[in-house]
Amino acid sequence: MSQMGSFKRLVEVGRVVLITRGSDAGKIATIVDIVDHNRAIVDGPTTSVARQQISFKDVVLTDLVVKRLPRDVSAKVLAKYLEKQQVVEAWQKTAWAKKLEARKRRANMTDFDRFKLMRLRKQQRSVVDRQVALLKKERA
Amino acid sequence: MAKSTHKNQLAPGISRLSRSAVFSKRAAYKLPKRTPAAPAETAPATEYKPYIKNDLIDALTPQAAKLSNTVVTTPKAVHKAQRTPKLRSSITPGTVLILLAGRFRGRRVVFLKQLKSGMLLVTGPYKLNGVPLRRVNQAYVIATTTKVDVSGTNVSDITDEYFKRESQPKLKGTEAEFFGEQAQKKEHPAQKIADQKKVDQAIVAAVAKVPFLASYLASSFSLSKGEAPHKLKF
Repeated sequence: MSQMGSFKRLVEVGRVVLITRGSDAGKIATIVDIVDHNRAIVDGPTTSVARQQISFKDVVLTDLVVKRLPRDVSAKVLAKYLEKQQVVEAWQKTAWAKKLEARKRRANMTDFDRFKLMRLRKQQRSVVDRQVALLKKERA
Repeated sequence: MAKSTHKNQLAPGISRLSRSAVFSKRAAYKLPKRTPAAPAETAPATEYKPYIKNDLIDALTPQAAKLSNTVVTTPKAVHKAQRTPKLRSSITPGTVLILLAGRFRGRRVVFLKQLKSGMLLVTGPYKLNGVPLRRVNQAYVIATTTKVDVSGTNVSDITDEYFKRESQPKLKGTEAEFFGEQAQKKEHPAQKIADQKKVDQAIVAAVAKVPFLASYLASSFSLSKGEAPHKLKF
């Protein structure tokens, strides 16, 4: 990656972005063309993001890039590339995606769920803490 | 604004001195205290005063009206119907509610039905968290999405009248009444204890089938750090 200087993520065709604002917030999309220094055209046929111009203020660049993606490809072709390179799966494996997912799940918990979580964490704690205390005693 | 000619008024209707200033100026505190006269036993009936010649009135008024030469005022009949307030759609029989006000605030209880007055009939169940059969206002509860199976319990005989207080003999408030030998200890009526048991029986059994639910109902709700009730899902 010779073109990367001090920047790790570049705006380029094939760069996968996370949309942070608007109705598509939380979804990932791919840059298919660059309009100017403020905007790009993104598309996400496999993540239900419609092809659109989007401001760089409304997206965050991710580490993922769709390799060897030609400029301005159709949604159909892009979908093939995404499928072949397993981009969505790769995204779901990142710690970032997992954290977002966890945050979402926590926000959707009901009062009873929160109570059950509290109780289960207590149970876990009592087991773990006991084992840690035993190990500490052994080593001391 | 026209300048008032009256020496005690700044402008028409605006007194130069405040009420308390007038009071001290008049030295009214030196005057003997006036006690308000006791209101008359019964309001005197308004006398009907004819404004035309008596004989003409006599000829025109019916006999009955002549006999009682008075007009008795009666309050207007109320035509508004007292309808039961609408129940929030999130509250259905078996819904776990969080009480927000009163003696049991923070407790999680089970909703049974809406009474005719619009109040919600809830139960703890008593065995689990000490909340008896009780009426609460739906404005002071949070409805959760958790449901308890209440199909096994029958509350059709519990109405608003069930919660009416019994009238008690008025006490004089002496020490003997409170601490003496005749001091009566109020006891919860046996019928109500039995009703509570009858209603709760099936609910407690249903609660026991769901893991953690019994201890959930026994625990009370509170907000912890960083939790905003309008952003929480219940």
